[in-house]
Amino acid sequence: MNGLNVKFGYRDVFLGDLMSADMLYDARVITNGCRATIDARGLKHKELNDLLRETVLRGSTELVIDNVFGQRYIGTRLCLPQLDKKITIEINKFPGSDLGAFLNGHRIIVHGNAQDAVGNTMDAGKIVVHGRAGDVTAMSMRGGQIFIRDNAGYRTAIHMKEYRDKAPVLVVGGTAQDFLGEYMAGGMVLLLGLNLKDGEPHRAHYIGTGMHGGVIYLRGCLMENQLGKEVGVRPLDERDWEIVGHYVREYCNHFGGEANEILSGSFQKLIPVSLRPYGQIYAY
Amino acid sequence: MYSYLLPEFIIERREDRCIRCRVCERQCANKVHLYDAELDRFFSSEKDCVGCQRCVALCPTDALYVRPRLADYRPNSSWTRDKLQNLKKQAATGGVILTGSGNDKPYRIYWDHLVLNASQVTNPSIDPLREPMELQTFLGRKPDTLKIDYNSDGKPRVASELYPNVPVRIPLLLSAMSLGAISYPAFKALAIAAKKAGVLFNTGEGGLPEQMREEYANNAVVQCASGRFGVDADYLNSARIIEIKIGQGAKPGIGGHLPGEKVSDFIAETRMIPRGTDALSPAPQHDIYSIEDLSMLIYALKEATNYTKPVAVKIAAVHNVAAIASGIVRAGADIVTIDGIRGGTGAAPLATRDNVGIPLELALAAVDKRLRDEGIRHKCSIMAAGGIRSSADAIKAIALGADAVYIATAALVAMGCTLCHKCYTGRCNWGICTQDPYLTKRLNPELAGQRLLNLLRAWSHEIQEMLGGLGVNAIESLRANREHLRGVGLEEWELNVLGVKGAGE
Ligand code: SF4
Ligand code: SF4
Repeated sequence: MNGLNVKFGYRDVFLGDLMSADMLYDARVITNGCRATIDARGLKHKELNDLLRETVLRGSTELVIDNVFGQRYIGTRLCLPQLDKKITIEINKFPGSDLGAFLNGHRIIVHGNAQDAVGNTMDAGKIVVHGRAGDVTAMSMRGGQIFIRDNAGYRTAIHMKEYRDKAPVLVVGGTAQDFLGEYMAGGMVLLLGLNLKDGEPHRAHYIGTGMHGGVIYLRGCLMENQLGKEVGVRPLDERDWEIVGHYVREYCNHFGGEANEILSGSFQKLIPVSLRPYGQIYAY
Repeated sequence: MYSYLLPEFIIERREDRCIRCRVCERQCANKVHLYDAELDRFFSSEKDCVGCQRCVALCPTDALYVRPRLADYRPNSSWTRDKLQNLKKQAATGGVILTGSGNDKPYRIYWDHLVLNASQVTNPSIDPLREPMELQTFLGRKPDTLKIDYNSDGKPRVASELYPNVPVRIPLLLSAMSLGAISYPAFKALAIAAKKAGVLFNTGEGGLPEQMREEYANNAVVQCASGRFGVDADYLNSARIIEIKIGQGAKPGIGGHLPGEKVSDFIAETRMIPRGTDALSPAPQHDIYSIEDLSMLIYALKEATNYTKPVAVKIAAVHNVAAIASGIVRAGADIVTIDGIRGGTGAAPLATRDNVGIPLELALAAVDKRLRDEGIRHKCSIMAAGGIRSSADAIKAIALGADAVYIATAALVAMGCTLCHKCYTGRCNWGICTQDPYLTKRLNPELAGQRLLNLLRAWSHEIQEMLGGLGVNAIESLRANREHLRGVGLEEWELNVLGVKGAGE
């Protein structure tokens, strides 16, 4: 077309020469009642997601995906208004970025690590990761629940928000990196610090910068200078303990561990000091 | 603290005409006119007047005059009045000065230095009254080549993969203005006009109210900005085009901020946030730190909508915009929107609005040229936005490389806006930029929609006339056809960036 035979961007390479969902279905899916086992080895992300959609449209409600190596957006294209059942997706090995982005109600279980942006702008549903998660985990998440067994990366729970009866929950077993809960406007983050040694502080800095809603519960210790100036530290009250207890027990149900032992650690609560952190800097 | 500010307007009331109807008193949300019934006299507190001309326009006897008071300070071409006033404001408050609507600085407006060609003897012009004139255009990615196959029965069919494209009847779209920044009646008027005119309106980052989805979503471009307000799968799937907002011409490099007091129940509902909290949309999208990250979001949106909708990326016009646009197209965007330094805004720091960014004209020409040179111009449509004031600006933008243009300030003016620059106060007397129910009732969405429709209709007639004069019968043949433009009073480098010859050449 352009006479120069310029190979256009990396994306077209990803998206060129795709196998059709029908062909893939025949070759890659084994069904057993409403359960479908899918082999994702070597598939491009669009092929895999085409295939997942096809499998769901053909009636499967429990998907097991084997050999997932970096394919993105798993679960994102399963928003099907005609579908009344919620889907359960089990992923063996390592899904790529944006796992469950815009997810609206399905359930995803990962047996392995996840990459960046798990549950990006998620609306409802549940994601359980038996491993670690990358940066921007739970970004702008508005509803549903995410459980991460190990650590989460930078900018975790950034801009998390809540709305009407929707209040998102993120539980991280390990620790998280800088900017945890930045601009957070709602929902709940529970950081258990299970992999920290006794007395070893969480390492994240700028926690809750610009935070103007929601709450972060933190097990373990912190230095004052690790907090953004928009957050205040409070002790937990009875209601807080109820919530924390509930999610710690659920964490242990997913990943094992002793709930009471975890709960015996020291917890603190971080909440915003103002609904309007930047109300004062503008004039006229 | 005293602000030491001088009033910016002077109000004159011709007593011989004033019939004491008190319309002006009721119309002014800034409480400038006060009537004393005992004395049967009006008093005016001039320092609160913003010059919105509402009282003047509605005075039944033309008794009022509101004029700028320009020469109160000793004239000084370096320390101008606005510089002095701003210093006093900051001395009194210590704050960042906010402003609304677009840049009013006298930077060169290139549209006014470009003139169109016209057919004469050798090739005839076309009469749009008698002959078909095509203004329709299609927004979205086009295939590299068009392969045609033949079915077994010999019927031809398109074999190349086609990407989703959205037809617009005329190349004029209504630009992003969020509900929250503007009032519901104003927002609805845009939707009504877009639907009737067969074009699109852009929801901005404030979401699309449920009750409008069924009727107007088919004409909506929805935005996905850093705050992700109102973004869920249903919102994305209801629209025609999804636009990722990276930057905005009025305030490149900075984010948006809808103060908590404007987040009413209705706004909270559409933005999907709690009532009364600040709606902060920070400058960066926190999942985008590179072109690869941008690509990730583009494809997340395509996945969420099953590859049925074009994804646009909107950036402010800045230095290096051509390289940025090239990256955006390579990242998979189907449409690139470029918003120039004259773009409007509901609220921006004055210093940013007036001093950051570059003119749309130069950015647009540079982007179009770069994409052509790289052989990827067909991979995207280019939308030009920011300071399009007339049909002539629009047609020149198309000749410089745009597929279509976005208008916003012009649309607000059609609804009554007088560019008083006070949108951020929430007391827009015209009911456009406010959430105050007393003020928003001043705008009837149907009537305002009709005014917008009239504007679009008038512009499209004008565009047809000009196209006919150029001897071109389809808007798509004009796109990036710089031979139809000439520069007047421009420097060599400016002509080079624009890719336009000087007049007489
Ligand atoms: S602010 Fe507007 S309505 Fe009020 S006095 Fe001034 S011009 Fe009239
Ligand atoms: S929208 Fe209203 S407040 Fe803003 S400039 Fe126009 S008239 Fe003034």
